[in-house]
Amino acid sequence: MSGSGPFQDKPALRVEALTLVRGARVLVRDLSFEAGPGAFVEIRGGNGAGKTTLLRAIAGFLQPRAGRVVFSGVEEPALALHHVGHLSGLKGAASVRAHLRYWAGLFGVQSREDFALERSGLLAQADLPARVLSQGQARRLALSRLLVAPRPVWLLDEPAASLDAQGQLMLADLIDAHRASDGMVLAAVHEALGPAPSQTLTIGA
Amino acid sequence: MSAFAATFRRDLAAMWAGGGVVAPLGYFLGATMMVPLAMGPDRLLLAAAGPPLVWIAAALAVLATLERLFQADLEDGSLDQMLLSPAPLEALVLAKGAALWCAVGLPLALAGAPAAIALQAPLALIPAIVLSLALGTAAFVGVGLVGAAVTASVKRGGVLIALIVLPFFAPPIIFGAAVAAGQEVAAALAILAGCALGAIAIGPIAAAAALRLQAE
Repeated sequence: MSGSGPFQDKPALRVEALTLVRGARVLVRDLSFEAGPGAFVEIRGGNGAGKTTLLRAIAGFLQPRAGRVVFSGVEEPALALHHVGHLSGLKGAASVRAHLRYWAGLFGVQSREDFALERSGLLAQADLPARVLSQGQARRLALSRLLVAPRPVWLLDEPAASLDAQGQLMLADLIDAHRASDGMVLAAVHEALGPAPSQTLTIGA
Repeated sequence: MSAFAATFRRDLAAMWAGGGVVAPLGYFLGATMMVPLAMGPDRLLLAAAGPPLVWIAAALAVLATLERLFQADLEDGSLDQMLLSPAPLEALVLAKGAALWCAVGLPLALAGAPAAIALQAPLALIPAIVLSLALGTAAFVGVGLVGAAVTASVKRGGVLIALIVLPFFAPPIIFGAAVAAGQEVAAALAILAGCALGAIAIGPIAAAAALRLQAE
């Protein structure tokens, strides 16, 4: 990420014997892995394999049936991570700029909306309400949360979905820059995002 | 801007833009203006029975705004982001409640003045009625936060919310109606203030606990 130096925190993640259950189905059983600063973990698996559930469990949104997720090098995990999922967190009536301001307030940082708008290629749409954005533009806006508040751990759930070629390049740049400043990226993907992963995790196999 | 202020601003803007202010107000005024039509033009009858009816209308108008309060945040993923804020979820829920009160409760309280006049309430009582409605709607919102949070993942949960919160709407309605009827106004206002403070203190904590479960 240009404009932000290396994080003070050097995040490390250890997942220990994680078992995740959705409804009556066991999606992930006894999963263990580790990732350190600068890691880019690709999470692969078919539809319904549990990629989204795994990312939500790492984010702390849902409790694992067994095992645990341990962050080290960060003070409070929930404040050290970003989660960009299928649900974009957008309100149709609010403008693109209003979203960026809201997130800056929500995450307790100074608003850097112009920087975020420029990096995500949404300058021309800054004052449009979110409901008129295309799928790809909405995804860019959701991804610009990563730029609004610098946080060391990124959990991305199929981040390239509905992005055009240029958007995918932007995403790859973001990930490269984030890793270069010792950030960590975990992404659930179906197709490679561009940057070579440091580790590939296949679940539900 | 703090997370509280950001959430407050976002919700208030959404309610202004989405017609969330005008609809409950129109409902409240429409319902109270029906009363003289239904009860007939007898001034004495209206003066005796009419003013407390503003409370029924106010309670139902607030109730109608609760269904989407957290459901929208759950469906569009905003709730996940709220969980990643440095501010506690309780504070963000309180901010949403405060925005709801400013957008709905306060206009309802002010609209209580013309409504009560139309229902033959004595003019000297109007300020007390407006104040009582302001306090009462705050209590409704505090309780409503919990009902809205518990039913956030229930489709068409409006009826369920009503079943959950209406029993808790009873105390403010009882003492609010006493104010509107001109009985023991000062004491009733004090109790209403107590209801409002209690609901505002407990509501966000209970609602946040329910929302954490819903996020799964």
